[in-house]
Amino acid sequence: MADLIKLTAAEIAAKIASGELTAVEVTEAHLARIEAVDEKVHAFLHIDREGALAQARAVDEKKARGEKLGPLAGVPLALKDIFTTEGVPTTVGSKILEGWLPPYDATLTKKLKAADVIILGKTNMDEFAMGSSTENSAYGPTGNPWDLTKIPGGSGGGSSAALASFQAPLAIGTDTGGSIRQPAAVTGTVGVKPTYGGVSRYGMVAFSSSLDQGGPCARTVLDAALLHEAIAGHDPLDSTSIDAPVPPVVEAARNGSVEGMRVGVVKQFRGEGYQAGVIQRFDESVALLKELGAEIVELDCPSFDLALSAYYLIAPSECSSNLARFDAMRYGLRVGDDGTKSAEDVTALTREAGFGPEVKRRIMLGTYALSSGYYDAYYGSAQKVRTLITRDFEKAFEQVDVIVSPTTPTTAFPIGERTDDPMAMYLADVCTIPTNLAGNAAMSLPCGLAPEDGLPVGLQIIAPAMKDDRLYKVGAAVEAAFTERWGHPLLEEAPAL
Amino acid sequence: MTVTDLVSYEDALAAYDPVMGLEVHVELGTKTKMFCGCSTELKQDANSQTCPTCLGLPGSLPVVNATGVESAIKIGLALNCTIAEWCRFARKNYFYPDMPKNFQTSQYDEPIAFDGYLDVQLEDGEVFRVEIERAHMEEDTGKSTHVGGATGRIHGARHSLLDYNRAGIPLIEIVTKPIEGAGERAPEVAKAYVAELRELIKALGVSEARMEMGQMRCDVNLSLRPNGTQKFGTRSETKNVNSLRSVERAARFEIQRHAAVLSSGGTIIQETRHFHEEDGSTTSGRVKEEAEDYRYFPEPDLVPVAPSREWVEELRATLPELPRLRRNRLREEWGISEHDMQSILNAGAVDLITATVDAGADSAAARKWWMGELARRANEDGVELAALAITPEQVARIAALVAEGSLNDKLARQTFEGVLAGEGDPDTVVEKRGLKVVSDEGALGTAVDEAIAANAAIADKIRGGKVAAAGALVGAVMKATRGQADAARVRELILEKLGVEG
Amino acid sequence: MPGITREEVAHLARLARLELKAEELDHFAGQLDDIIGAVARVSEVADQDVPPTSHPLPLTNVMRPDEVRPSLTPEQALSGAPAQEQQRFKVPQILGEE
Ligand SMILES: [Mg+2]
Ligand SMILES: [Zn+2]
Repeated sequence: MADLIKLTAAEIAAKIASGELTAVEVTEAHLARIEAVDEKVHAFLHIDREGALAQARAVDEKKARGEKLGPLAGVPLALKDIFTTEGVPTTVGSKILEGWLPPYDATLTKKLKAADVIILGKTNMDEFAMGSSTENSAYGPTGNPWDLTKIPGGSGGGSSAALASFQAPLAIGTDTGGSIRQPAAVTGTVGVKPTYGGVSRYGMVAFSSSLDQGGPCARTVLDAALLHEAIAGHDPLDSTSIDAPVPPVVEAARNGSVEGMRVGVVKQFRGEGYQAGVIQRFDESVALLKELGAEIVELDCPSFDLALSAYYLIAPSECSSNLARFDAMRYGLRVGDDGTKSAEDVTALTREAGFGPEVKRRIMLGTYALSSGYYDAYYGSAQKVRTLITRDFEKAFEQVDVIVSPTTPTTAFPIGERTDDPMAMYLADVCTIPTNLAGNAAMSLPCGLAPEDGLPVGLQIIAPAMKDDRLYKVGAAVEAAFTERWGHPLLEEAPAL
Repeated sequence: MTVTDLVSYEDALAAYDPVMGLEVHVELGTKTKMFCGCSTELKQDANSQTCPTCLGLPGSLPVVNATGVESAIKIGLALNCTIAEWCRFARKNYFYPDMPKNFQTSQYDEPIAFDGYLDVQLEDGEVFRVEIERAHMEEDTGKSTHVGGATGRIHGARHSLLDYNRAGIPLIEIVTKPIEGAGERAPEVAKAYVAELRELIKALGVSEARMEMGQMRCDVNLSLRPNGTQKFGTRSETKNVNSLRSVERAARFEIQRHAAVLSSGGTIIQETRHFHEEDGSTTSGRVKEEAEDYRYFPEPDLVPVAPSREWVEELRATLPELPRLRRNRLREEWGISEHDMQSILNAGAVDLITATVDAGADSAAARKWWMGELARRANEDGVELAALAITPEQVARIAALVAEGSLNDKLARQTFEGVLAGEGDPDTVVEKRGLKVVSDEGALGTAVDEAIAANAAIADKIRGGKVAAAGALVGAVMKATRGQADAARVRELILEKLGVEG
Repeated sequence: MPGITREEVAHLARLARLELKAEELDHFAGQLDDIIGAVARVSEVADQDVPPTSHPLPLTNVMRPDEVRPSLTPEQALSGAPAQEQQRFKVPQILGEE
């Protein structure tokens, strides 16, 4: 069993397809692992044991009937608790939705079910995906499997921790400012933010609509690609969904190469605030790319310096509106309804009790940025910055095929270190945010351990919109070269739990 | 309700010049809601037409109804507006329990149609041009029922019950520019504008625009300025004025109220007001502690709407004849006065009469029945003419039966009654109720003979040349035949039998 | 940009329907001030002649045909309701507009 949980998704699928393993065996092994370690890690908010086993049995029956199985049939997955699951609790890490059983499945949930992927449960996250550490979850923090006193990244820390602690070979994250990539970086896993519009947002509880994007998390580049293919594609229920074929991500992941590619290094992605070990591993990665046959191009993207500021106006503005629906009238928490208070008061009391400090802070910030008299200076300007960032990317991609950078300036920081300093917390996303603002695609994959703390460092690869396949082509090449250099996947160096 | 001092309308106009702004919301007659596939059909079953999107469930997203956009463009074109080449939806943020997302998906600084006008004709034929500021797309709210208070009002209610079947139904909001220069005719202009707009919407086929059903709702904004000055005064906003008559009354009341406040040295506060059908008055809505700040921003869940010029021209080509022009044509064809035509318009009878004429009736007969007997019934039942359980074809059939002499007016009225009561089509009603005019000459002749015998004195008068006295004998015969005789033929027979020339 | 006052925070809280406690008002006033101070840099571009980007993708005219799709059942619609009565969402008394 110990070996079973270390298999990749591709391997599990192949063994189920060949009859070497059953989906029920695989699912039970992962449920056992969850039982054994999740008390320590706290990656899951809800474990759907019965649902997962029922799904697994259905896969085995399908196989027994001789029906063709999909490429991920029978592979267990940890689903970020931001996607609706019919009849299965969906809390978004918030007290305000505690106990809510959605009457519908997100498009992504539907696609996973249709692909016969086994949904083990829902993973912990910063409340409403607001945060970079998962400490903002109303249900308590998640530990980083590399060091349980450290953060697993956020907002999708539950998903990244589930992968790194071998509770699931696949996970789903969402990335508004880095919530897939930064957790991947600090846990030594792979995470991809697809091009905006590549994966349907229908049924994904909105934080910042114009930035949010669901995506795959895995332990290998190929597994991420397989999952990417399963969840991507046009959805008529999401107006911002791209109506075009999904880029050939799996093919790219199977044919990793950087030979003859031009790889950009942006000068704005280093300097003050970057940990020495992170820069060191990043520079080694650039050297590796060169060795592998890539041409390295220095790039100047001056508007990136304004990205964090623009992000912290746009995301709160949109969230202040998106979260207005949590008003105690139709679903979720209701506080203070003692028969004497007005609906208005009950709404205000419920929101006060049901939202955590970071969510309130962002709602207030967004309300401020949108309010009359400030709109042009703040929200309006932020949208202009967005244009400038997009132009910088466009200019960059005239010169290069992909851009690389550290995923996040530091390795995992201690739980509790930044909770009282929002600005310090926000800096964790300084390298990931420009991509969300422009809407293009990016990946984080492990590029070693920082010498000073022995914690994973992430390499970010950024591709133009709709060229998601390039991430996988480059990522697969880097992954193969590093694995060869290290002699094993990085996660083998993680301490046993 | 507080008693409000008013000055007389004449005195108000002697000192002040009214400026109006009218905002009309029209519910479109699309099959589905504006941003989801839920049906818009009227259902009693609460919360049976909702989905994650129109309930505002976490994770749900909107998708624009193409027919909603098409209807908006048609309305814009019919109002002589420019159609935006590119526009967006925006979120209007405010909390209210009948609004599931606590923002309304609407349009803000980029409406789909803008800068147009609508010419409206007043009762004396004068044409007044109302400038249109914009027409934009948005969505309706759910419906709340207040429980525990008096007469279902918010005030004093213990709690409220919400039904979201209406939430998300497409609305087009049409906003006029300030209407200046109408003077004392301002209330009349307001009413004529709403009436004309309603006809236009119906002619376009985008909505039935039935005000009594809330499919068309009007807000009347009004301010006064001293005669001879230019600067607008502070306005009041009277919400949800939901009949043509009320629009006129609300404007009139507000002119009188503003004048009273201003002439006594007071100031008008900008506020929303509620109109009361019972007495035509308005009262102050809740005074808000602070100004609304809707924090509009472009709706990130929807992409811009950029109607191609080809599409716009295609739609322009499908526009029907404008109602006002059509009415003028019909007025000439029917040979009636401006005033009569206006009454027909106000009664919502133009299309019904036209359809009745198309079904073979003579236009005078069609007008007579719709504006007479049927208008009376509609009024009694408190419904619009179109809601009566009778079709123009059935009216035309009754008119034909009268024209051929099979029915007289009295019998025709009974036939209408039967049809409206659901007893069947006109021929069935005539048959079942036995309403045919007695045309058997023998039976009629006997009845006439009996009447003459029973009223010898009157008969003598008639013989003596007092032809007018024949009416009494006709009445006697009609009574004897229980109204089922052709009165004209009875009169002929009486005169014939008494040897008098008619 | 001027600092954010406690009164301003209270006003924002009312707009956002958050019944903040007194200590939260002070706490947020300080934090919002810091954050706004840090992000106000974006107004450097306020005067630049650059079109704002509201949507990351240049999509337009995404519409659906006017065809009815199945709705939720009333039971499903009301399944999460904190209170219900007569197949409707039961909410505390609503103040304001009639
Ligand atoms: Mg409106
Ligand atoms: Zn719906």
